[in-house]
Amino acid sequence: MNLKDLRGTAAIVGVGHAGLGQANGFTEMEILVQAAHRAVADAGLTMQDIDGICTASVAATMWSMPVIEHLGIRPTFIDSTMLGGSSFVAHLMPAIHALATGQCNAVLVCYGSTQRTSTLSRAEIGRVRKNFDPQPYETPYDPLSPLSSYALAAARHMHQYGTKREQLAEVALAASKWAQLNPEAQRRNPITLDEILASPMVSDPLTVRDCCLVTDGAGAYVLVRADRARQLPNKPVYVLGNATAVWNRQVSSMHDLTITAAEESGRRAFDMAGVKRSDIDVVELYDAFTINPILFLEDLGFCEKGEGGAFVSGGRIAPGGDFPMNTNGGGLCCVHPGMYGIFITIEAVRQLRGDCGERQVKDAQLALVHGNGGTLSSQSTAILGTADTL
Amino acid sequence: MNQTSPGPQTGADLHYQQALAQGQFLIQRCGACSHAVFYPRMICPHCGSDKLAWEAPSGRGTVYSTTVVRRKPEAGGDYNVALIDLEEGVRLMSRVDDVAPDAVRIGMAVQAKVLAREGGSLLVFVAQGGRA
Repeated sequence: MNLKDLRGTAAIVGVGHAGLGQANGFTEMEILVQAAHRAVADAGLTMQDIDGICTASVAATMWSMPVIEHLGIRPTFIDSTMLGGSSFVAHLMPAIHALATGQCNAVLVCYGSTQRTSTLSRAEIGRVRKNFDPQPYETPYDPLSPLSSYALAAARHMHQYGTKREQLAEVALAASKWAQLNPEAQRRNPITLDEILASPMVSDPLTVRDCCLVTDGAGAYVLVRADRARQLPNKPVYVLGNATAVWNRQVSSMHDLTITAAEESGRRAFDMAGVKRSDIDVVELYDAFTINPILFLEDLGFCEKGEGGAFVSGGRIAPGGDFPMNTNGGGLCCVHPGMYGIFITIEAVRQLRGDCGERQVKDAQLALVHGNGGTLSSQSTAILGTADTL
Repeated sequence: MNQTSPGPQTGADLHYQQALAQGQFLIQRCGACSHAVFYPRMICPHCGSDKLAWEAPSGRGTVYSTTVVRRKPEAGGDYNVALIDLEEGVRLMSRVDDVAPDAVRIGMAVQAKVLAREGGSLLVFVAQGGRA
């Protein structure tokens, strides 16, 4: 058996989210379960149909167990691989395998966080992490985690390729413009390039507007085998390719700060999907920071290394541009509850279903989703398509 | 057949930290593939060998990337975080201490210095030829 044999064998048939922004009065489990319930209903299934689960938590190491308990399911497939924000893209491949072998029949992938309204501050979580997830060769220098790692990558990219702060700001500007078309986006106020450039510096060269939101939010999707997908109410969104790569944990262990493991995950995902870069209609890239999409566009092969800054400029990635990217407003302007990978997947599914209203990319048939985790540490690429792309 | 060496008396991390506490900065070198290794490990990340030996590096390095973490003056003010490439061929996170945080430049030649401070020694860098 070859990975290509798994191309298009599973489809996302339901999506849901809950608690976007501020989920006052709700725990992260509660909004996760709401999102899961909505995704299962959207799929035309009941919770009792769910016999596979993928989930991960920023804080709880045994997270799948209370999720299973709260949902009241008895899954025959469980995956709680934690790769940071890319986890919910990376969960696709093990889920596809489990569906293909008949280990299970319907997989629920779900995540939730009340990072914004939690009484546990980010600083407190940071202190706990120093003990539970030690990085003794970086922590003594107090880099803002994860921000300074991305700042170091941005500084190096600027040095090596002449990338400019204005080009980083173009990513933030496009995100803002997409968010203005998305009623669910959390940061919808118009902003200019000059205002982005003039916003306060946090870790040079990144300003607050180069950084994603800190929100609450939960998301979920349901994956079934293709034959069953065709009998369910929604237009199935087939998984044509998925691959995950990890080369390092710490930014200081990267061989080249301008090249991420997206180079490998992208190549493998495209190999499996058997499609070309130029075939992709809509791209959803994990934009925790504005440098991320620039790196990923290069590493995924949409432009040459070093040309990402020029690529995103001139409104190309904004609404009306010829390269629709991060169409929900991204982690920068839509939602970012600690880990964002589930939301890029949901947005790609909605685009391929044609459900996106004002921000809909016309005739979108093929979408690329790219998740990032840690400090440019984990990379997972998925290529999704409509029935016409099978 | 046992292909592994008897093994060190302590873990690599403790060995490194104990040397640093004595004012000595050490890195490892692989006896099998000759690559320099940092941070301290139990096996070589290049070839998998466990024949890692300690050595004192020259301490000479170059700033590979740098950032200024902005902090309110009352909290201590801005500070530098940098990635340094040692001439032995390893990269590490540190900071450059004897110049203003925003005056640290990529490509700047720097020299390692072990700083004694409360709570343990810290490896920092100073500009080569600059004030020590």
